[in-house]
Amino acid sequence: MLSELEWAVVGLSLKVSLAAVLLTLPVAYGLAWLLARRRFPGIVLLDALVHLPLVVPPVVTGWLLLVLFGRNGTIGAWLESAFGITLVFNWTGAALAAAVMALPLMVRAMRLSIEAVDRRLVDAARSLGANRWRAFATITLPLSMPGIAAGATLGFARSLGEFGATITFASNLAGQTRTLPLAIYSGLQVPGAEEQVARLAVISILLSLAALLLSEWLVRRSAGRRAHVL
Amino acid sequence: MFFEISLRHRIGDRELVFDLASDEPLTAIVGVSGAGKTTILNCVAGLLRPDEGRIAIAGETLFDNASGVDIPPEKRRAGYVFQDARLFPHMKVAANLAYGEKLARGGDRWISRDRVIDLLGIGNLLARYPANLSGGEVRRVAIGRALLSGPRFLLLDEPMASLDAGRAEIMRQLIEQIRDELALPTLLVSHDRAEVERLAGRVVSLD
Repeated sequence: MLSELEWAVVGLSLKVSLAAVLLTLPVAYGLAWLLARRRFPGIVLLDALVHLPLVVPPVVTGWLLLVLFGRNGTIGAWLESAFGITLVFNWTGAALAAAVMALPLMVRAMRLSIEAVDRRLVDAARSLGANRWRAFATITLPLSMPGIAAGATLGFARSLGEFGATITFASNLAGQTRTLPLAIYSGLQVPGAEEQVARLAVISILLSLAALLLSEWLVRRSAGRRAHVL
Repeated sequence: MFFEISLRHRIGDRELVFDLASDEPLTAIVGVSGAGKTTILNCVAGLLRPDEGRIAIAGETLFDNASGVDIPPEKRRAGYVFQDARLFPHMKVAANLAYGEKLARGGDRWISRDRVIDLLGIGNLLARYPANLSGGEVRRVAIGRALLSGPRFLLLDEPMASLDAGRAEIMRQLIEQIRDELALPTLLVSHDRAEVERLAGRVVSLD
């Protein structure tokens, strides 16, 4: 079936994508909630900033990450001196790049589902004795679960496919940052790797398809047959 | 005094001004739709903050902008039965009933689940989801949920609206029963004066 090298690439891709989604999930949900439920000055700017990775060339996002989180970057230098953490040339850097690129898609899906939760149900919960947090945890959160599942899947699929920001920020290092798309790109650079490239491409299609089907199944199971992600 | 409500609230280009001092345990507010009846209930429940005024129920001040009192909705102990019921769609009837009951402090609960289920005749609905209930059933469950949250007073928003004549009569009897047996201060809102005159000790109109 899969060669050792392919397993390594798939394993790394899954690890990077999973880490990216887990890292982004709470941040994206918090942003989605703010954008859906709060009105404050600067909300349009925040909305635009969240969407930026969707419209800016990924190379630029990667460059920005390099400026901020590189070894000489503002945050990167501090991370290294204070905690000894280096993100460049490292799978955690690939995960950060994937997380930033996945953020807008995750926020969009979650925001829609939070907006769809009737605020009047939250009011009902409050009048029954629930404080803000409990009303959120028992009403808004469970009723927006389909959006969380959809957002997580989209984010996961986007992370599996992340290329530009990753190669710019974390570079293309076998075993560390060479995820599926980067391995395909590397294969295309050397003659005679056509079969390898084709195999990796099929794997990445199958993985993405599996992610979509899994989330569709999860959403239907939690929210009934009418709900769907696709 | 059961109800001392005096409030002023701006909605769009209209100003709602309302004053009520009533010693009748069941007081009704009637008015055409859009007159601001639900707005008043929302202010009493703490879901809407009036621009100014004072709200006190059975001697306890819930809101007073002069002295800066504004008790959050979860601490007002309002048994609010919304016109659209607002049962939680992802919970079965049993869980809807238990929602406020679990949150009420032990001493604040004054009625048992069995008594509520018996009073409202909803024992056969417990395992159903709200989507599978009729309009009358939904409203009875909403009343049960409110009673079980250990309320100090009830707010009923159009409790008979959109029920057929038979079911409206049952609802009326139920409200009489709550009035006579549970002796709970109740503020009832309706668009139909005839509907509430039999029930309420005092009817005020809002125009």
